[in-house]
Amino acid sequence: MGATAGPAISVENLRKHFKDFEAVKGVSFEVGAAEVFGFLGPNGAGKSTTINMLCTLLKPTAGTARVAGHDVVRERDDVRRNIGLVFQDPTLDGYLTAEQNLKLHAELYGVPNDLVKPRMEQVLRMVGLLDRKDGQVMMFSGGMRRRLEIARGLMHSPRVLFLDEPTIGLDPQTRRSIWNYIRQLQEREEITIFMTTHYMDEAEWCDRIAIMDKGEIVALDTPQRLKAGVGADRVTIETDDNEAAIAALEEHFGIEAKISEGSVTFGVQGGEQFIPRLFAEFDAAKHPGTPPILGVSVSRPTLDDVFMSFTGSTIRDAEEDPSKHRNRVMMQMMGGGARR
Amino acid sequence: MTAVTEQKLEDFEVVRVQVPRRSFASEIRAIKIVWRRELIRFVNDRMRIVTSLVQPFLFLFVLGGGLQQLASAGTHGVDLKTFIYPGILCMTVMFTAMFSAASIVWDREFGFLREMMVAPVRRSSIVIGKCLGGATVAAFQGVIVLAIAGLVHVPYDPGLILGALGLQLLLAFAITAFGLSVAIRIKQMQSFMGVMQMIVMPMYFISGAMFPSSGLPTWLTVLNRIDPLAYAVDPMRRLVFGKLNISPVARHVLDPGITWWGWRMPALLEAAVVLLLGLGLLGVAIWEFSSTE
Repeated sequence: MGATAGPAISVENLRKHFKDFEAVKGVSFEVGAAEVFGFLGPNGAGKSTTINMLCTLLKPTAGTARVAGHDVVRERDDVRRNIGLVFQDPTLDGYLTAEQNLKLHAELYGVPNDLVKPRMEQVLRMVGLLDRKDGQVMMFSGGMRRRLEIARGLMHSPRVLFLDEPTIGLDPQTRRSIWNYIRQLQEREEITIFMTTHYMDEAEWCDRIAIMDKGEIVALDTPQRLKAGVGADRVTIETDDNEAAIAALEEHFGIEAKISEGSVTFGVQGGEQFIPRLFAEFDAAKHPGTPPILGVSVSRPTLDDVFMSFTGSTIRDAEEDPSKHRNRVMMQMMGGGARR
Repeated sequence: MTAVTEQKLEDFEVVRVQVPRRSFASEIRAIKIVWRRELIRFVNDRMRIVTSLVQPFLFLFVLGGGLQQLASAGTHGVDLKTFIYPGILCMTVMFTAMFSAASIVWDREFGFLREMMVAPVRRSSIVIGKCLGGATVAAFQGVIVLAIAGLVHVPYDPGLILGALGLQLLLAFAITAFGLSVAIRIKQMQSFMGVMQMIVMPMYFISGAMFPSSGLPTWLTVLNRIDPLAYAVDPMRRLVFGKLNISPVARHVLDPGITWWGWRMPALLEAAVVLLLGLGLLGVAIWEFSSTE
């Protein structure tokens, strides 16, 4: 795989406990050199915990991880020299200019003096901020700051670049341009990119993705193969009485449907051909008690469906979990004794 | 637009960087850049330069000028402003140093601390850089107050200026180290400011910056002797009074020095106390910073 020998990241049975909570329950995977690898999952799935262990910010409870050929616990400094980090929260100094921020990073990482200037120019050019190098970061927009952070993460030519939710909170257009930069730089720098996201559409940009749910990896493959694996088209119908609709689908088609985001949804082969049959059966005259259908949509499998087929919920539904969990913890703390 | 950008990229050769293993030189480089960052930020923040001078000037001219009428009998003909001037020199440094230390709380709040924490350098380099930066900035503020010596009848004597500058640097270093050792534990700016108010103001008042440290009630004498700031104020006062042309009685009353059972501590020993304390606190700050994840 590429010029460098061995995988860029190899993880074996990595675990992390926080007091009585197991955030990462033994994950194993490998990321090849010059691969763009995405970690996909709802908030609270353990993505950030995993990424923090890989970039030496957290000590694993058990298991091993090697990044750029170095063990994340025993060779912490070696790992740090070889990785670039772009955090979820901004970590720029707003009082300094773009150039000063990069210079500071270069000095901290010990970039050889004669290379600081050319490298700085190059990374700034790469993210389209060369003409803004003397601007105070405080005045930058969200997208510009994120691009600058990416540039900074690249200052010391890392072999692996970690991006934790690199596009969170940005508008779709900026997200798109950030992704263009990421792909370009992956090609030019032959760098491995490891990123987390909870935007399904973004995962399409990755070479391979791992879907993480409740501290475990539930699927790992290319986006295309994962989607092909789901096979069926997704049909979503809207009715006044979802429960009755689910019962009717079960009775007349033997289909197991679910409620997701307020609509009834199910997978079926050949969705377009199925719709006429659906309407034929959902006829109150023929089967009393079936609710009228108010709307219907058919879609090809998306990563959302992949996610759903592996975890049983959409990513947005799954994201409600952490808050529910928090509420429960709050109740327990207040002596409410609400238990699962 | 994208096409243009891509074109540019193609023309550009990739500059590859090989990050060397960490060494003594790389640690020095890290200390230097952290120190420089403090200076850059200070120079950019003109508001702070002005605001941190308000308090010393208020104490010196308003409090000193106002209380002069009440105190003229006790000062034996010496202007009260002249008397408290050495204390004000210390005060300026002290508050600026505290603010510099507070920057680590800001850095944490705005996430920048993380950027420094993950760098392949020792945590101690970051703390030392911060501490030296804070001390430099504070000493610079001190110079401004030193420059107005003439207004309070203190002569511009080269020995006095150099000595005062040295003492200010020393005090600034110790106070920044102290501030850092507190700031590292604190996650929010409000709490830091609260803690500082609670510690710094009493320390300042007890130090004898505003009154002579002899003939005090026993409890205040005890507090004064254990207040580290007293060991910076006293040599500063001795330095200034050494260049004043005043009566022996006034000198005896106003500049009694810090005494332990009748023995007056030499100025150098007092300075050494401040230095040791500063180094000790720096050690504490480094230890604390290294043990955070």
